[in-house]
Amino acid sequence: MTGRPDESSTALEVRDLSVVYPAARGRGPARAVDGVNLRIGKGEIVALIGESGCGKSTLARTLVGLVRPTGGEVLHEGTALDYSARGLKRYRRHTQLVLQDPGGALNPKQNVYDAVALGPRLHGLTEDLPLTVHDALARAGLRPPEQYFDRYPHELSGGQQQRVVIAGVLALNPSVIVADEPVASLDASVRGEILKLILRLRDDLGLSALVVSHDLGLAWNIADRVAVMYLGRVVEQGTVEEVLLRPQHPYTRALLSVVPTGADDWRPTLLAGEPPDPTAIPAGCRFHPRCGRWADADPDTRAAGACDRRTLPVLAPDTSGAACHLLTSSHLENA
Amino acid sequence: MSAAQVLSSQEVAAAVPARFAGVRRFARAFRHRPSGVAGLAVLLLFSLLALVAPLFIGQDQLDVTKVDGPLLSAPSGHYPLGTDQAGRNVLLLLIWGSRESLRIGIIATALTVVIGAGIGIVAGHYGGWVGRALMHVTDWFIALPSLPLAISLAAVLGQGETSITIAIAATSWTATARLVRAQTLAVEARPFVERARALGAGDWQIMVRQVLPNVTPLILVSSTLTVAGALLSEATLTFLGLGNPASITWGEMLNNAFFNGAFTADAWWYLLPPGLAILVVVLGFTLTGRAVEHVLDPRTEDRS
Repeated sequence: MTGRPDESSTALEVRDLSVVYPAARGRGPARAVDGVNLRIGKGEIVALIGESGCGKSTLARTLVGLVRPTGGEVLHEGTALDYSARGLKRYRRHTQLVLQDPGGALNPKQNVYDAVALGPRLHGLTEDLPLTVHDALARAGLRPPEQYFDRYPHELSGGQQQRVVIAGVLALNPSVIVADEPVASLDASVRGEILKLILRLRDDLGLSALVVSHDLGLAWNIADRVAVMYLGRVVEQGTVEEVLLRPQHPYTRALLSVVPTGADDWRPTLLAGEPPDPTAIPAGCRFHPRCGRWADADPDTRAAGACDRRTLPVLAPDTSGAACHLLTSSHLENA
Repeated sequence: MSAAQVLSSQEVAAAVPARFAGVRRFARAFRHRPSGVAGLAVLLLFSLLALVAPLFIGQDQLDVTKVDGPLLSAPSGHYPLGTDQAGRNVLLLLIWGSRESLRIGIIATALTVVIGAGIGIVAGHYGGWVGRALMHVTDWFIALPSLPLAISLAAVLGQGETSITIAIAATSWTATARLVRAQTLAVEARPFVERARALGAGDWQIMVRQVLPNVTPLILVSSTLTVAGALLSEATLTFLGLGNPASITWGEMLNNAFFNGAFTADAWWYLLPPGLAILVVVLGFTLTGRAVEHVLDPRTEDRS
């Protein structure tokens, strides 16, 4: 993304978003999402990458209004989300969620027709319902659609189930799709087909999408922009090329370093330390306890205590770059 | 972007599964379960007998002042199941008794299911203080002892059908409520509920369209057990003398047999039939319930 895109081309935006889950059993409150700025342009596919427990699924659910943020706001085409029952219902015609486990996302007691018709029925769009369902199934790549109408989820393969879920979303003609690990539970061959489907929907219908994943290859294949999340915050973002080919943040580098390159000198950086805990976020840079660069930093830098004391600013929604003290200071040195 | 093959809206509409396709599938699958069919046949037979009983049993055959049979006589050609202490035909008493016994059992079960399932789903769906409050009420009812409750109700409402029905319902809905709440919690944790919510479903739609179909097998199965329990409770309560002495139910027959010396007279034909009738009907409900449970689970449908 070069230049500042204007408001009208923004499909979905979050500003200073935070989601805090109340304390449970002797732990502090969990700050699952802790200050995130993110913008999804119209017709743009953004990949949100991060390890388990970094808050990416919570962020996805906040975007579709299933989780109410404790701070900040979600803006759909420039207007803040209205959390009244009516406002949410209206919003849900535009923004839809695709879940990770397609088998679980379909009601076992509902046939394909009813599963796809669920959305239109809830919104009272029952005129020509059979055609709507038929079209949605066809667009999701299930053909001939009418042969799937009376099938039950357990009679379908994983890929077909995910297509039914996507058809259920398409039946509402949304403008934004939030997909939480849409292919994580599918075979490699089916995975490619579903990703191709998402790309085709973007090209044909101008859909915007946020795809949540822990898979860097997926981001490379379908995304325009990538945001890397660590412990409730976006630590690096930019275009696919920027983030995946020229990673800046030590965390992104560590993630990318474990992708086999085939080169002789390939040496993965394995992250040491405990997996991050959102109930106990470290002071300063939240990545510093596991950061290789901070561990290897010279004594002067460590004495200055940038990483373990100074709070990092939150990345602005459209900037490309990484939130890292060491990067900033080295930039300063170079300049 | 449209389908490769162009279909008219009529052709597409023709492929839409019929609204009650599920019921027809259910009936087809149910036929393949012999035990369920046998159970249902027993239930139908008893219901039919109960319904047509007034056509061939008159008050003169049931009124102790009008019958003229031998007293407490063993089964014979004229009296297939013998007679009672007043000279009434036990077979006719048995058939007539099924009317009120089944009525009490079914009404009490319907009350149990509606109250239990309603409270269970609401408590499971809303959680929080609503759920806790409802469960506290449930616990309070669990603590109520059924016999003293039935006796107090009989004292307040008078002996007979109504107080027995209410006593049974008041003490047995708690089990259904707990069961349904637990199942609701399990169903609500599944992703399709989240999907429905993301598609725009409200609380009511989630409870009725998503949760209810998935707890129905459980409700049906537990209700067949509740009917069985209600029939037994009815027999117990009337045997203890809380029923209306003027009405004829299976429990009342056992009560009469016991207090009119059927034991000492070795009049097994007076004691066994009502007991066996209760057993057979309870078995019929249980077999039907198990078959329904099996058939309603779509994953087991094809194995039959």
